[in-house]
Amino acid sequence: MSEGTTGPARTVLETRDITKRYQLEDIEVNALRGVSIAIHEGEMVSLMGPSGSGKSTLMHIVGLLDRPSTGQVILGDEDISNMSPNQLAELRNKHIGFVFQSFNLLSRTTAQANVELPLVYGGVSGVERSRRAAEALDRVGLGNRTTHLSNQLSGGQQQRVAIARALVNNPSIVLADEPTGNLDSRSGIEVMEILQDLNAQGITVVIVTHDDRVARHAQRVIRIFDGRVQSEEIVRNRVIAAAELKGLPPEEVAG
Amino acid sequence: MNFTESFRIALRALASNKARSLLTMLGVIIGVAAVILLVGIGTGVQDEITGQVEGLGSNLLFVIPGQYGGGMGGDQAPPSRRFTLEDSDLLARRVPGLDAVVPVIQAGSTIKRGNQSLRVVVAATNEQGGAVFSGELAGGRGYRKSEVQAGTRVVAIGSNVRDVLFPGQDPVGKTVTLEGQRFTVVGYYVALGGGLAGDQDSQVYIPVTTAQRVFNLNYINTIVVKASDAERIEVVKADIRRVLTPRYGEEFTVFTQEQTLGLLSSLLGTLTYMLAGIAGISLLVGGIGIMNIMLVSVSERTREIGIRKAVGARTYDILSQFVIEAVGLSVLGGIAGIVIGWGGAELMAAFTPVPTNVTPWAVAMAFFFAAGVGVFFGVYPAWKASQLDPIDALRYE
Repeated sequence: MSEGTTGPARTVLETRDITKRYQLEDIEVNALRGVSIAIHEGEMVSLMGPSGSGKSTLMHIVGLLDRPSTGQVILGDEDISNMSPNQLAELRNKHIGFVFQSFNLLSRTTAQANVELPLVYGGVSGVERSRRAAEALDRVGLGNRTTHLSNQLSGGQQQRVAIARALVNNPSIVLADEPTGNLDSRSGIEVMEILQDLNAQGITVVIVTHDDRVARHAQRVIRIFDGRVQSEEIVRNRVIAAAELKGLPPEEVAG
Repeated sequence: MNFTESFRIALRALASNKARSLLTMLGVIIGVAAVILLVGIGTGVQDEITGQVEGLGSNLLFVIPGQYGGGMGGDQAPPSRRFTLEDSDLLARRVPGLDAVVPVIQAGSTIKRGNQSLRVVVAATNEQGGAVFSGELAGGRGYRKSEVQAGTRVVAIGSNVRDVLFPGQDPVGKTVTLEGQRFTVVGYYVALGGGLAGDQDSQVYIPVTTAQRVFNLNYINTIVVKASDAERIEVVKADIRRVLTPRYGEEFTVFTQEQTLGLLSSLLGTLTYMLAGIAGISLLVGGIGIMNIMLVSVSERTREIGIRKAVGARTYDILSQFVIEAVGLSVLGGIAGIVIGWGGAELMAAFTPVPTNVTPWAVAMAFFFAAGVGVFFGVYPAWKASQLDPIDALRYE
């Protein structure tokens, strides 16, 4: 996992001078004021900014949950800025894996069924679906928890199920929005370790966070402020979660 | 995503809220059961009554005094002139192609034997009465032509009358008292059994001439004519008019059996539809219950909808999921309602005199109406769910 070796990789997703305006009650909010960023294949990048910076709005657009007011969003080599909500839903299904701060698993539903969800909407059925879901759970170290209900799992385990769900469709981007925000520090580090590990296996990971330390798990940090890109930098002292984990005192109670 | 998937998701959602699902279904269950039961009663009564008319034998024409544009029965409105035995003799002589001409008097009376007595309907005809009252003799005989001519006091009794007055005995040759006169029992009939036909088991049959004497009447109620062949019914009807018009002008009416059946059917059919309509209202209320609970369910599960949309559910996927859920509620309720309504109808037929008949048509109707209610009342909540913005839905607490 060497640093700064992204090189001239293919661009997975690119925004070109996008803006986003919306009405909040009677006030017009300019959430984004011309943002151009590019996410390259196989990299791990952080979108960082304080609350109100427009980072969430940018995340929604990068996650294909929303469309910009002006500007272009290019996925692969296709402009998707003006696609319908249903077309975006299909693209999300194929290209984006979400990891949310509050896990967002279906309640009272098994880990297996939660991970299968994107495959259900992707039209994968039967044996193939359960095999792929089981495989994804295995990758996040939950191969033995497939039949547990989501509410029987600890926070860290729930977030790992969410990561498995994000992976299961082989997406172009895994988009993690404050993935450690609702976790204790050990579970948080474990989750970051999994994300770094997946990135090392070639998966493109985008972390959205306000936390500088979390952001520095990535190779590159894009800082957003007042709806603009403030700076873009290659992380020099990248935090390696696996090393961090070794530095922690031994676990007291089983998660 | 295909239909089976939507179906499984919907069933899982219903199963995870069992008490609520059951209570919501209850509205539909009651509605469908009510439809099935009430329509079953309506159809049963209709079958029973039309069956009785049909059971009278075929190719019958009913001649009654008075003018009737519609409606049934000869003694509802007082006709200006009544028929006499002369009229029935005249028809027998002057109308060709008849198997039987039967003058009929019907009257209520009390039959006694010893200290036993029973309220009965006295049906008085001539020796051809079998063409009209098609009972089967269990023993003895019907009265003869000679007895009709002589006005002999002989009686043939229905099974119920026999059971009350002659329990376990052969009544033939014994005497009973009717209107203060002693009658000799000449025969008794096989039970027709059940339902509204019970009436016929409580009838007694005497010669029409005897009835005139005993009840002190010089008229008869009705003349029933049996045509020899179905093709001839219209001709016979015209002939009857030709014979009777010089005597009664327009003051009589000839009904064919078909007309009578038609009148009865339409009357009872209307009644059945009314019952179905009333029951249908409760089904509608059940549907509103479904809509209500689906709206609650959609707002409770806003976050779930957000998650589903985030991972790729399209508008259609969410819409179908919730519509199927609503239809699932109404269809399961419908099936339970059919079972309960049908069971209730069977129990009613078995343990009460009310006849019921649950037709496949009524079952299919109730089922598809219930499913339709689910679709109709499920679409709006489902549409609301499908239109949620995934971002707002994910933020929803």
